[in-house]
Amino acid sequence: MFDHAFLAQLAQDEDRWSETTLQQSLARMPERSGPFMTTSSEPIERLYTPLDTAALDYARDIGFPGEYPFTRGAHPTMHRGRLWTMRMFAGFGSAEETNARFKYLLAEGQTGLSVAFDLPTLYGYDSDAPETLGEFGKCGVAISSLADMEVLLDGLPLDQITTSMTINSPAAPVWAMYIVAAEKRGIPRDKLGGTLQNDILKEYIAQKEFIFPPRPSMRLVTDTIEFGMREMPRWNTISISGYHIREAGSTAAQELAFTLADGFEYVRWAVERGLPVDAFAPRLSFFFNAHNDFFEEIAKYRAARRIWARTLREQFGAQSDLSWRLRFHTQTAGASLTAQQPEINVVRVALQALAAVLGGTQSLHTNSLDEALALPSEHAAHTALRTQQIIAHESGVTNTVDPLGGSYFVEALTDRLERDALRMFAQIESLGGVIPAIEAGYFQREIADSAARYQREIELGQRTVVGVNEYVERQPINVPILKMDPDGERRQMARLERVRRERDSAAVAARLGALSEAAAGRANLMPYLIDAVSAYATLQEMMDVLRGVFGIYQEPVIL
Amino acid sequence: MTDKIRVLIAKPGLDGHDRGAKVVARALRDAGMEVIYTGLRQTPEMIVEAAIQEDVDCIGLSILSNAHMAIFPKIVEMLRREERGDILLFAGGIIPDDDVPVLKQIGFRGIFGPGADTRDIIKFIETAVAGRDRAPAAG
Repeated sequence: MFDHAFLAQLAQDEDRWSETTLQQSLARMPERSGPFMTTSSEPIERLYTPLDTAALDYARDIGFPGEYPFTRGAHPTMHRGRLWTMRMFAGFGSAEETNARFKYLLAEGQTGLSVAFDLPTLYGYDSDAPETLGEFGKCGVAISSLADMEVLLDGLPLDQITTSMTINSPAAPVWAMYIVAAEKRGIPRDKLGGTLQNDILKEYIAQKEFIFPPRPSMRLVTDTIEFGMREMPRWNTISISGYHIREAGSTAAQELAFTLADGFEYVRWAVERGLPVDAFAPRLSFFFNAHNDFFEEIAKYRAARRIWARTLREQFGAQSDLSWRLRFHTQTAGASLTAQQPEINVVRVALQALAAVLGGTQSLHTNSLDEALALPSEHAAHTALRTQQIIAHESGVTNTVDPLGGSYFVEALTDRLERDALRMFAQIESLGGVIPAIEAGYFQREIADSAARYQREIELGQRTVVGVNEYVERQPINVPILKMDPDGERRQMARLERVRRERDSAAVAARLGALSEAAAGRANLMPYLIDAVSAYATLQEMMDVLRGVFGIYQEPVIL
Repeated sequence: MTDKIRVLIAKPGLDGHDRGAKVVARALRDAGMEVIYTGLRQTPEMIVEAAIQEDVDCIGLSILSNAHMAIFPKIVEMLRREERGDILLFAGGIIPDDDVPVLKQIGFRGIFGPGADTRDIIKFIETAVAGRDRAPAAG
């Protein structure tokens, strides 16, 4: 970015500064003992200057927002044009309770929906399955059939808002439920906008809500990509997720590299299916974590855009800038929140959210202060949403595009994260690709190593966590905890029984039979799932059919 | 038999969040204990059977989905039925303060929530195991 004479002079000047001003200062007042490192334990220099960005070429590496390689943002005007979507993740108990929370959040100024499903749903069980002891509605809403989905979406303007659904193994049948519920209300599928998380690879790597082995799971994901490409032009068919990889303990660089490697794997499968890359890649979206290290996080988002753009263009031959352009949702880091002094989590969340905004996020969930204790109470979720609104309307950071672009430090970090990611891509390739690397336990071991190192750094006092290893208070915690409606579970069971009693059971059996046959062959399963859902087949019935054909996955146990 | 303390770390319920369980398992192993990690989604039956077969001194259960009040008492009850109520129990995860006294009452000697220091867990196990007769249980 600079000419040689300038850099040579600068190097001389920096030497002089270091020998005089710096040395005198250090002699008078030594630096803190450190270590000076990112949240990912990478060392940080005292000072960054143009010398650290000397290898960067502005046009090649940074460019303009809304243009290749998109380092400075996915859109030319970014948050001047449109603020990010404020999309609070919510869901608990029965469909009625979650529907009420959605209506509350929309009334408070939230601009998109994000559905959390409970563990039985995420794992493809109906609410009354014996395997689900104690799990009903705990981490999200319970959805066992179309009847639940109809209640969940009741009265919500599905033609005006977009809906994100955090569902993975059962993504295809749950998406089918959403489509059928909307169409029954007269909203055609091509008018529906939203995002399906549908990122099965990260389940094996981190989140662990897998059901089938990786290859049949990938076939199902590829079916959704193909179906979306043909019939749901406004729907993002996968949200390729680093969030859970980070929550499981990865570093920022691992989050970046593993997530993008997963993304490339989805592209590869769809291309092998015969789909033109520019027809589906624009509908792939991303989901990243916003952890504590402000600059490292901003650099991570910038590096992600650049790597995706370069790889889609150079390796996959994408021609459309919509395919090159990486768009992402962000959630602040749940794992960074403390059960100790929970009210100070508001500050952590604000800083993390600010990093996401400065990194150019398209959509944001801010965690609530009570999440190390329980699911968010309405009051805590309210404060978290207000945090976003303050950043949007009061902080001034939305007035210009990529305000940290050109910062010697941020550009150098962006570059380093890209290099780290390329090194990890090479490691994954050397193991034979993403799926063999999963089967070998590569990702799981790398993440467990990072998590253990992070914990050790806290325990040795190399890393300060306010309220945990420093500034500790021994006072009882006093924040209100969400209490669920004790009638929710009974209501859900009654609805499930009624569905089973009132539906046309011959039609259900026929459609499940057709699904089973299709699964054993090579047809796209989405139309079969839509048929089964329309006849009120339950989630578990559909998933059991697929379990029967695809088998279930046992992960290698890795410590 | 070695005289190493034997610990079973288990993840009951459906949640896949195993970061804490793995961090604790590694720390105990680094402290010289024999650690058996069950992997995910273990039923109470599977956990009790593994504990008996492996003849462990203690069981650490980790759960983040808030299903603990449904699942933990079942495990305690099954251990008692197998006459292995002597096995030291501790737990971690997201466990609200209100539940702690109930869990202590049914036999959980240690509850280690978010922010717990693994050195405290190690000390807890060493003290509790050293403080009792390690002869094989009757039956």
